[in-house]
Amino acid sequence: MLSLSKLTAMGALALAGLALAGCEFGPKQSQQTGYRGTGIAQIVDPQNVVAPGEVPPPPYDLPAPSGPKAGEVYQNVKVLANVSQEEFDYTMAAITQWIVPADAPAEEAGCNYCHNAENLADDSKYTKVVARRMIQMTQNINQNYSDHVKQTGVTCYTCHRGAAVPAYVWTDPRPSDGRLMGNKRGQNTPSSAVAFASLPLDTYAKYMRGNSGPARVISKTIHPTTANRQTTKDAEGNYAIMMHLSQSLGVNCTYCHNSRSFARWEQSSPQRALAWYGLQMVKNTNEEYIHPLANVFPANRLGPQGDPYKTNCATCHQMQRKPLGGAQMAKDYPALLTLAPTVAPAPGAMPANGTAAAAAAPAAAAAAGN
Amino acid sequence: MALLSFERKYRVRGGTLVGGDLFDFWVGPFYVGFFGITTLFFSALGTALIFYGASQGGTWNPWLINIAPPDLSYGLGLAPLKAGGLWQIITVCAIGAFVSWALREVEICRKLGMGYHVPFAFAVAIFAYVTLVVFRPMLLGAWGHGFPYGIFSHLDWVSNVGYQYLHFHYNPAHMLAVSFFFTTTLALSMHGALVLSAVNPAKGEDVKSPEYEDTFFRDLIGYSVGTLGIHRVGLLLALNAGFWSAVCIIISGPFWTRGWPEWWTWWLNLPIWM
Repeated sequence: MLSLSKLTAMGALALAGLALAGCEFGPKQSQQTGYRGTGIAQIVDPQNVVAPGEVPPPPYDLPAPSGPKAGEVYQNVKVLANVSQEEFDYTMAAITQWIVPADAPAEEAGCNYCHNAENLADDSKYTKVVARRMIQMTQNINQNYSDHVKQTGVTCYTCHRGAAVPAYVWTDPRPSDGRLMGNKRGQNTPSSAVAFASLPLDTYAKYMRGNSGPARVISKTIHPTTANRQTTKDAEGNYAIMMHLSQSLGVNCTYCHNSRSFARWEQSSPQRALAWYGLQMVKNTNEEYIHPLANVFPANRLGPQGDPYKTNCATCHQMQRKPLGGAQMAKDYPALLTLAPTVAPAPGAMPANGTAAAAAAPAAAAAAGN
Repeated sequence: MALLSFERKYRVRGGTLVGGDLFDFWVGPFYVGFFGITTLFFSALGTALIFYGASQGGTWNPWLINIAPPDLSYGLGLAPLKAGGLWQIITVCAIGAFVSWALREVEICRKLGMGYHVPFAFAVAIFAYVTLVVFRPMLLGAWGHGFPYGIFSHLDWVSNVGYQYLHFHYNPAHMLAVSFFFTTTLALSMHGALVLSAVNPAKGEDVKSPEYEDTFFRDLIGYSVGTLGIHRVGLLLALNAGFWSAVCIIISGPFWTRGWPEWWTWWLNLPIWM
């Protein structure tokens, strides 16, 4: 029979083995992003780096922008009417390649995924109505949020990657049913959304809707005042959304912040301002373009609270600092770069052009609410 | 000062590790020895270099003086003096001074025929320091991963390096180290309180013997570790605190690069419930 000490030693060895199995061995790569000795650096394991993803080539060479306009040749063209017919066809071919799943059933394959094969101008399929609004959304991002997407821009593929529904999306969480037993109060669940910490999971709904406030919880005074009524739970929600930003870009907190003072803009890296513009872009995208489509989507495309799948940082970034490794893709699709004057607003949608309030700089926001 | 007359008889010759009789003498109450000389050399040089570094740093505010390691781009090579080279020389001086002091303790132990518990305990603290500024930087491939020498600056480094792993409280070795630190202070405060309560009896009563102390703890928790044993417990707790601190930082980076909460997914991914 084994003695107690032998059993203990074996148990300790087994636990140590399991713990080591969770580790990353081999050389690491590090990149300094702050002054020397501040500990502001990114350290990655090259064996665990997520690949940026392949960019599909254009369907064929971009046609010249001459010739008859799509709106003159085709019926019911509301968004891309001023694009030449040849460029319109080129753009449609690219979108099909980006969105329609390769394994779609025959009746939904190719153009038929959105179009009625009998009459391509018909709006009877919801996918066509959604796609029209999504084209406006893409144009809006490229035109009004260049503070975030710069000259790289976005295309449908930035999020969709060959799937009808992007891989990284969110919906409003189901509210607590009021039980006492087994009620996790919307947290304490290992999820990549919060980098597997015990932080609250409802952070997207809190920080990525149009009416979301800034992610700020720090008081400006030493002693408690009525100026800041945010609680520890609010601070955890703030921590949680920051975990999402880190996970989505594959970076740590020091990519944007000097942790000696998270709130101070003048001690943060320029990437923090980029992220701030990105958060405004996500709020605007969700509120103006995606949420109003709730009554267009069928039930199987809605979350438990009846809201459509919305965007967050991971929707585009997919664990990259720059989506698709910063590949210059949008330049090949000029029809997606600027908001076209609309012929008529899409059903259930708000006007496309009046809402892009990307102008306020983070410094101004810092002065107001930091 | 407190040089007792009988202390002279414990000043025994020999027991030196290096230098034979050459440095085997005392200056006032201080044993010198070969390692006393090297301690003096390294600490004087290192301190002078810190003052030189401070003079080049733009502030004499003792909180803000900062002598930073080189940029990561220097890798494991030497950096120019004012771009981290000073940090490298000061690090060599610090390790030289700390190790010399530990070996001087060893020589004194040998003279007195004692165990090596004191130098061993000090060696664990040196091990933690060397882990931070030598072992981990070498594993990560750049001296720039060491911490800067400055009161505020080293705290900023601790904070940022913690946030390199999103949430450091999920680091398993950090959990152990913190628990050992807290338990060390708990044990020390209870031990101190117990001794003081035994030697400060009610007015008119005698000072209480260790049997009283043992009885107090037997009544309280059913067991007393005893007057010698509490010092063994204290040493065990304190050394573990320092040791697991070293472990918690050496695994951060060299053996794990993502957020520490994510490390625990090994448990969720065990084949039993996958």
